[in-house]
Amino acid sequence: MTKRRSPWLLAVTALVYIFLYAPIIVLIVFAFNSSRTNVVFEGVVNQGDCGPFYWFCQLGRNRELVAAARNTLVVAATSTVASTVIGTMAALALQRYKFPGKAYSEISLYIPIVIPEIVMGVGLLVLYSALFGFINTTFGLNGDNRLSLGLGTVILSHIAFSVPFVALVVRARLQGFDKAVEEAAMDLYANEWTTFWRVTLPIIFPGVMSGALLAFTLSLDDFITTFFTTGPGGTTLPIYVYGLLRRVTTPELNALATIWIVIVFVVLMLSQLAGRRSEAH
Amino acid sequence: MPEFAVELRNVSKRFPGPSGEIVTAVNNVTMQIKDGEFFSMLGPSGCGKTTSLRMIAGFELPTAGEIYIHDRPMGHTPPYKRPVNTVFQNYALFPHMTIGQNVGFGLEMKGVEPKEIQRRSSEALEMVRLAGYEKRMARQLSGGQQQRVALARALVNHPEVLLLDEPLGALDLKLRKEMQLELKRLQREVGITFVFVTHDQEEALTMSDRVAVMSAGNVLQMGAASEIYEKPNCRFVADFIGETNFLEGAVKAQTGRDVDVELAGGLLCRATADEGSQVVSGQKVTVTMRPEKLGLRPWQGADNVYDGRVEEVVYIGTDTHYTVVLAGDQRLRVREQNDDPLSRPLAAIGDAVKVYCDEVSARVLTE
Amino acid sequence: MAIDNSAQLVDAPPRNRWQGILLALPVTLLMTVLLVVPLIIIGVNSFGQRGPDNTIIYNFNLNNYLRLLGISEPGVWDTLYLEILVRSLWLAFQSTVLVILVGYPLAYFIARAPRKQRNFWLFLVLVPLWTNFVIRVYAWIMILRNQGVLNSLLGWAAGLFGLNFTPLDLYPSDFAVLVCMVYEFLPFMILPMFTSLEKIEDSLYEAAADLGANTWNTFWRVTFPLSLPGIVAGTILVFIPVMGTFIVSDILGGRQVILVGNLIQRQFLDARDPVFGSAATIVLMVMTLAVTLYYTRKFGFAEEAFGR
Repeated sequence: MTKRRSPWLLAVTALVYIFLYAPIIVLIVFAFNSSRTNVVFEGVVNQGDCGPFYWFCQLGRNRELVAAARNTLVVAATSTVASTVIGTMAALALQRYKFPGKAYSEISLYIPIVIPEIVMGVGLLVLYSALFGFINTTFGLNGDNRLSLGLGTVILSHIAFSVPFVALVVRARLQGFDKAVEEAAMDLYANEWTTFWRVTLPIIFPGVMSGALLAFTLSLDDFITTFFTTGPGGTTLPIYVYGLLRRVTTPELNALATIWIVIVFVVLMLSQLAGRRSEAH
Repeated sequence: MPEFAVELRNVSKRFPGPSGEIVTAVNNVTMQIKDGEFFSMLGPSGCGKTTSLRMIAGFELPTAGEIYIHDRPMGHTPPYKRPVNTVFQNYALFPHMTIGQNVGFGLEMKGVEPKEIQRRSSEALEMVRLAGYEKRMARQLSGGQQQRVALARALVNHPEVLLLDEPLGALDLKLRKEMQLELKRLQREVGITFVFVTHDQEEALTMSDRVAVMSAGNVLQMGAASEIYEKPNCRFVADFIGETNFLEGAVKAQTGRDVDVELAGGLLCRATADEGSQVVSGQKVTVTMRPEKLGLRPWQGADNVYDGRVEEVVYIGTDTHYTVVLAGDQRLRVREQNDDPLSRPLAAIGDAVKVYCDEVSARVLTE
Repeated sequence: MAIDNSAQLVDAPPRNRWQGILLALPVTLLMTVLLVVPLIIIGVNSFGQRGPDNTIIYNFNLNNYLRLLGISEPGVWDTLYLEILVRSLWLAFQSTVLVILVGYPLAYFIARAPRKQRNFWLFLVLVPLWTNFVIRVYAWIMILRNQGVLNSLLGWAAGLFGLNFTPLDLYPSDFAVLVCMVYEFLPFMILPMFTSLEKIEDSLYEAAADLGANTWNTFWRVTFPLSLPGIVAGTILVFIPVMGTFIVSDILGGRQVILVGNLIQRQFLDARDPVFGSAATIVLMVMTLAVTLYYTRKFGFAEEAFGR
């Protein structure tokens, strides 16, 4: 069926897409700027061995930045795995079972979604400070042994804010789940445990994967929670970039953004293709 | 070998309803299902037939009473330890597995070795006429094919009892009829006890050796298909199975099983009571007559003859249905076969006619 | 499996209950320790008093809240903090309205695109979301600053017509903050709006046309009411984070635009006045919860927010 489209709608749509992509294009173009101050585009850089990719090469020599990139990936990977497991369990519990305290579990799980992130970030900061202060004085820890904010607290905090989203996504998947399929497995001599691993999990797996993808995205993108819970050794890319923004920015930052965008784009395309293939299967 | 494949003794199932009230799904049901028979539980939705089946399978546990399979009490035995298999209403095929993996699942769980699984799976698929479908996925199959895979998946395990929960409900009429015959054939071939749940009375009558008619958690009548149809023991059963006429009246006289009933409008009816049923003079009763047992054409020795006027004539091909108004504004539906070569109607609307009925065809119902 | 014999009438298998408890245990522990307990601490602290050496004196008073309201000193009404609260609400309101206005045509366009194209168009909306939040803020600096991309483009265009052009003073400014907020949260509005709009079947548009409705009437009588759940969901998804974000105003506002988020951040990290910060945090939380609750009560809660 072909529909007549209003030219106005098409024009507005085009403008919105331009609005969405203009900043991204600017980021990429300025990654090739020959001006170090990077305010005005003064032509394509052509310097050193890397030629136009000069800033990309500079990037690799930046120790701080490489460490921040590594931290970001470590945080995202660990928090994704943990929050996917915990969130899936929570979704199963809330969707499938009745138990005392269910209302409490449910409400506490959904609070992070309806409060601004800064509330949680500040709360975590206060909690960690109080807890670490208490432990450090009680056990007389000092110097390097003192517990302090860092990569560990960032990971833990990321798990906390990702779990609700994973639980939501998996729960949505469970809502369309035909319980008769599980009964069929039990009827065919599979016990509860086997039924879960052989039937339930494979069927909800796409939901679990979207949950994991969401958790990963949230973790990579997060600034606020990380900002409040990070400490020595826990600098992630967003925190590092924020620091740069308040000082001085060079096209290196654009190069970093460009690499980021390209990787994300490729990963997204691949996951889209994989999703399409599994659907067609 | 025990006589009964499945036995329910005083089984009840109650659970909390949506607003906290207690719903009785199955109320003190006792039934015996003989070994090797095709047994149906028939009733409208919510009558407790599916809950009964699910209790036999082990998906639900009885609130009270006990279920025996070949004389073994099932107690709290989980479904995966019961010697029964189920064919589900919407097939419940595993969407992430091939047909072969679906059919082989039960054997795999039992620890049968892969070669044997393969052999027996393809045998089972052959039995349901789906040989060579092992590699396909469930959603690539039509509804009827999926249904047969579900059957093969259950039968391949040689269960002591096969439970079927409205397995034909999702199929269209033509396919349904085919599958009914197919199921019957399979049951004869494998000789396994089939317990079949349906709300379709025609389906139950077609396929079953015996039928239990259920309503509101109770078993109203249990017996052979012909018995249920010919000798319903209550108004619900008579009404639910097939089409029938009900006439209200009061008992005038009774000798043995012969009962004289005075109907509204002063009409008299010679009717038959159930064996062992006690009726007394003056008791209010209902007389039921199947439309096909009535006639507009006279025959020798008809016990009851009523004058009436044709109100409606509906031609349905093999038969024509006449609605006749009797004295006292009572209506009888009469079915006459169109065996006349030219299918000329016996009467037209407004015609005065006589309706003939034998005593054995008029049955007295006390409830 | 066992029958609950204590209640002979009704059975509730306790085995299931234990499975449920075990499955919910990790999440409940996690959320209790990392969310509920911190919120309680903040709540308690907000009634405390700042002591020497970063300590808190727990003497349960309302001073922090009175200070926020600007009435802690008798006879003086200091509206500094009230202004911050109002400014934050106003900005969140403006951003949400703008996001709806900008996002709606796009959501409508995608929902009415041929089925096979829809995923592609949606994908294009999501890609910017995957670049980092902070990096997107940086991109807007590059566009909006004095010699930035926008001013260069405008200057070049003016030059074509032989006009004089003075670069616009766009960064740092309130305007820059607003534009960036709209940009950052636009996809969160488009997704739920699209979900709502996609559910409207073609036959409804045809029915409306058949019943004599023109495009305008069809939109206001059919399309818009049916897309409301998506707008409600999107509003919640946009309003809440805008209220709490401090980095956009921090960077693009050039430290001139102070929102609740900035206030809280400074109390905890710069000013070292956590009790006052706690009171501000509680007020922020209560404000967003109140607005969300009022909004969902009024329009009904929308699964669209989380359906996808």
